[in-house]
Amino acid sequence: MARSVTKQQKALNTAIAWTIGLLIFFPILWTILTSFKSEGQAIADPPIFLFFDWTLENYAVVQERSNYTNFLWNSIIISVGSTVLGLIVAIPAAWSMAFTPSKRTKDILMWMLSTKMLPAVGVLYPIYIGATKMGLMDSHIALVLVIMLINLPIIIWMLYTYFREIPGEILEAARMDGASLKEEIIYILTPMAIPGIASTMLLNIILAWNEAFWTINLTVTKAAPLTAFIASYSSPEGLFYAKLSAASTMAIAPILIMGWFSQKQLVRGLTFGAVK
Amino acid sequence: MNKSVRALLGATALCSVAVAANAETLTIATVNNGDMIRMQGLDDDFTAKTGIELEWVTLEENVLRQRVTTDISTNGGAFDIMTIGMYETPIWGANGWLVPLDDLSEEYNAADILPAMAGGLSYDGTLYAAPFYGESSMVMYRTDLMEAAGLEMPDAPTWEFIREAAAAMTDRDADINGICLRGKAGWGEGGAFITAMSNSFGARWFDMDWNAQFDTEAWANTLNFYKGMMDESGPAGYATNGFNENLSLFQQGKCGMWIDATVAASFVTNPNDSEVADSVGFALAPDNGLGKRSNWLWAWALAIPAGSQKTDAAKQFIEWATSTDYIELVAANEGWANVPPGARTSLYENPNYMDVPFAQMTLDSILSADPLNSTVEESPYVGVQFAAIPEFAGIATEVSQEFSAAYAGQQTVEEALAKAQAITNDAMEAAGYR
Repeated sequence: MARSVTKQQKALNTAIAWTIGLLIFFPILWTILTSFKSEGQAIADPPIFLFFDWTLENYAVVQERSNYTNFLWNSIIISVGSTVLGLIVAIPAAWSMAFTPSKRTKDILMWMLSTKMLPAVGVLYPIYIGATKMGLMDSHIALVLVIMLINLPIIIWMLYTYFREIPGEILEAARMDGASLKEEIIYILTPMAIPGIASTMLLNIILAWNEAFWTINLTVTKAAPLTAFIASYSSPEGLFYAKLSAASTMAIAPILIMGWFSQKQLVRGLTFGAVK
Repeated sequence: MNKSVRALLGATALCSVAVAANAETLTIATVNNGDMIRMQGLDDDFTAKTGIELEWVTLEENVLRQRVTTDISTNGGAFDIMTIGMYETPIWGANGWLVPLDDLSEEYNAADILPAMAGGLSYDGTLYAAPFYGESSMVMYRTDLMEAAGLEMPDAPTWEFIREAAAAMTDRDADINGICLRGKAGWGEGGAFITAMSNSFGARWFDMDWNAQFDTEAWANTLNFYKGMMDESGPAGYATNGFNENLSLFQQGKCGMWIDATVAASFVTNPNDSEVADSVGFALAPDNGLGKRSNWLWAWALAIPAGSQKTDAAKQFIEWATSTDYIELVAANEGWANVPPGARTSLYENPNYMDVPFAQMTLDSILSADPLNSTVEESPYVGVQFAAIPEFAGIATEVSQEFSAAYAGQQTVEEALAKAQAITNDAMEAAGYR
């Protein structure tokens, strides 16, 4: 039976939700506002919120100094490429763990997750040397592979959770109708798990987009994505906060817009299987 | 158009494509600061003269340091030229990771490089990086506030005078702090300042057997003096202030004095950014009468990693970027106040540059710092605000975290020094020095 909620409680819940939402969004809002200030206004004390001389100068300087389109294109290739490759590897892996588990499946899942706890810098040298020797330094291939491997445990875990919610009997029925393993995964399982796969994809694109350690360390100029673009505007000796904010806004804008339009799918996917 | 003309045009087009395809490209890793960005804006001059194209990788200082260290220590060859500092150069030179710059052309006139800079960028007498710009530290102060306090800043003040002047200039109601200094954790931030300051108090990091010296009276005096003065006259939250935070405070008229990098002089005197541009004076960093001042010495310099396949082209670029011609190019485009300072002796013989208000004090500050002999008592290391050993960056970052905690009142000065002593001795023992 649904619990009755009074109007006052509803209003209170809405107010709390909005407050939390605004608090979380505030740093992004502040970055966007700072990007339209002069360097002097950016560091003003007390800080200026809205009433300042709005300027596009920082965007003009950033555009002139950096090839934004190149960085953006690299970010798209790396984030989408690593996610698609990750899904290709993870869907069969999650299928086998969800529908044909062995005694060790839980241990394997935990072990995969534990690899996320390894500090990235611990494997920097072997991966750096490997990429250099194979001629993959500053290439999309190296970054797609490395970021796919980093995010693979999360992709498998998420898909495993979604697949577990799909009744095994449906797959059995498909098998009885003569479906091969490949057909079972492509034509039966994947369409049923579309919301889960979509949210996994979106979340991993966001994770790959924001990845800053490997994308800076394995690139020079050709494959450098937007994380390297932002890093080029940070300075401990010089006040470049407004320009840094403009660069940050330009870097987060595409993923922010993507997140805005796909929020329904994201939420649906993330809560998929939460209520049984 | 007849056939032969078409063929000629076609051949010309092919040749130009071939030339473009063969044009050499140098990849340069650099930091994001004003002088380096200015150089990127003027790099067409180099390409026009040599036909060599340039690709820039600009990163934040600490990110760059980690990025180029990974590349050079693995012989990765991702960069043809690296922007490195005085800390890395002698260490990397000793490791054989850098190409010696001992065969630069006569026109370049390497003898014109300021001796303090050349010394700090050499190992065993060989230059391994050419200084793009150099800096020391000095006192920048508000002439109007000093006058209102009834004091006159000497050219070479003592710490006692600085403390007295800071207290006299402080006006909490008007939001004016007598003095702003770095307190932020980090070996290149608060760590650099307190190490340079400790030299003037007779302290040193290590004795000749590489034993830590934080249990000495000189270190206790340094930290107690710093904390006492900053608690009296410094800004709130000074324990987390670094270069940028203090620059911001000074430019907004909230500091009576600021002791920091000489390159900041061009920022605080720039009327576009600074509210106090026309009332800034300069003095040498303070001392305590022990024979050492509290100023540091640093240079951002250009070096060629041993893994580069384009050594000759890289040397051509370094000669261009650190030449007197480049200085004149910047002066013609941006004015003399914006030329890269502190690298060449001839710059300080140029009357155009000596008209810049902070030029003489910058030179005097640089000349008064000696990286080979920075401490009152003998020490085994090279460097003024650092010890040029690979372990220093890690140790000094930890030590400066303890100091910052003491500034913030989270522990006493004695506790911070005891921890610094233990951290340093443990690390030096693990590294095999002791």
